[in-house]
Amino acid sequence: MYTVRRFVVRHSRFFEWVYECFEPMLVFLDPVWSRFGYNRMERPVAFAERHIKGLLFDCQMCGQCVLSSTGMSCPMNCPKNLRNGPCGGVRENGHCEVKPAMKCVWVDAWEGASRMKGGDKISIVQPPVDRSLEGSSSWLRVARERAEEKRATRDAAREAMAEAFSEAREEEPAAAPLATEPPNAQPMQEAEESTSVLTVEKTPS
Amino acid sequence: MSNDALFDPIDPLKVHATPPEGHSSNSRLERVLRQGRFAVTSELNPPDSANPEDVYDAARPLSEVVDAINATDASGANCHMSSLGICSLLTRVGYSSVLQISCRDRNRIAIQGDVLGAAAVGVGNILCLTGDGVGVGDQPGAKPVFDFDSISLLRTLRTMRDEKMFLSGRRITQGPRIFLGAAENPCIPPYEVRADRLQKKVEAGAQFIQTNYIYDVPRFEKFMQRVRDLGLEDKVFILAGVGPLASARAARWMRANVPGIHVPDHVIERLEGAEKQGAEGKKICIELIQQMREIKGVSGVHVMAYRREELVSEIIQDSGVLEGRHAAPRGRRARKSEATD
Repeated sequence: MYTVRRFVVRHSRFFEWVYECFEPMLVFLDPVWSRFGYNRMERPVAFAERHIKGLLFDCQMCGQCVLSSTGMSCPMNCPKNLRNGPCGGVRENGHCEVKPAMKCVWVDAWEGASRMKGGDKISIVQPPVDRSLEGSSSWLRVARERAEEKRATRDAAREAMAEAFSEAREEEPAAAPLATEPPNAQPMQEAEESTSVLTVEKTPS
Repeated sequence: MSNDALFDPIDPLKVHATPPEGHSSNSRLERVLRQGRFAVTSELNPPDSANPEDVYDAARPLSEVVDAINATDASGANCHMSSLGICSLLTRVGYSSVLQISCRDRNRIAIQGDVLGAAAVGVGNILCLTGDGVGVGDQPGAKPVFDFDSISLLRTLRTMRDEKMFLSGRRITQGPRIFLGAAENPCIPPYEVRADRLQKKVEAGAQFIQTNYIYDVPRFEKFMQRVRDLGLEDKVFILAGVGPLASARAARWMRANVPGIHVPDHVIERLEGAEKQGAEGKKICIELIQQMREIKGVSGVHVMAYRREELVSEIIQDSGVLEGRHAAPRGRRARKSEATD
């Protein structure tokens, strides 16, 4: 809804904080999503996402949410679907060239970003939308991507270790393991993971 | 620079020659800008016909005074001869052209293919635009595409040129040798972020900028101040957009009906007070060009006047920015050449 969407932009700092708490939770739940299967979770999560974000942001379910980088103003509400800033047709009153009754989504975005802690993310060049992801859950995608990043970081460290101590690894493979560990084999890792989530979150993407 | 160096190569093999050191294309516009000369560009308004002579007729007056001719891409969402078709005709006779690509009408598959085709026929400059909405054009029922926006388009073309690959990662054996441009509209809201958006375009790959019409010089100066503060003046060549207003009535109409045009009241009042409004409009335009030249960080002007190419030519000559630079084409280039030297 237009009024709700505008309200959210006016309170973008608060919603940024909400998402800052929400995203680590999504990533923390990665083992849960994996256990049930990301594929099976897709429909119910997408359903919830569609309704919650639909109410708050007029979300169009592009599946590649960038709200944290666009001042909490959804770029898919721009009639030209611009993902990188306003076009050259904004009216004198800051309204949209195509829909004169609507405030330009990107004028709002820059205002929203100016209130946010991570507002400068608006200057990052965003890629074109992958239309084949339309309708799918962005939340699950974030969880998968972040979890994958963490795994990759861990693997890189393990590989470095295995290379530095290659003779030991040859004689005693368990000393510098490389194979994927089952979740149950790393009881301590789980606890560490939940803290490392925050560092990932704060890294500018 | 000899006059010959001003022309783009028309020999197909030379078109594909390795660009000069530090250049990304063989385009004359890039050469002129990198030499620190004040560049002049204009646009050719495409004919509603399939006759190449219509293109050459419109190009002839411009070719004598500009460093590159922009071929608009269905501007205002109105259907005309394609930009690629026009550029292809222009390059055949050695005119430097700027292919305009609007994101409104074509998706990423079509655009990436067109860019390879354009580079192959010898187009050296590409201007990346978002494009007006379909609703303002002559066929408002058309499907708006907007697969890219101007900024993601810039990054894509830069990737094709520098990394030699499509957006899919598939290799391109010879990357397009192109000089990449974008538009900016400094005089319309949100004013505070226009320079920041320009920065984003430069990050994405823009090497030159052609702005929309500027009639409000103080506001443009403020924008340029911010551009300099951001350190952009050394990273991108800015060509300020100017054009003659036909009359006060036309100016009022444009301000009210054409998206993205800002004409301040004092300009309209000056036109109204003039005896011959057309001549006054021309005079204002010449003054604008001279003012733009004095602004630090402005590398040239882009002179636009819808279907009045002769007038554009007169304005550029009268403004004195060519500084004796003789850009008249040789006989072999202009098809009905009257200007041989």
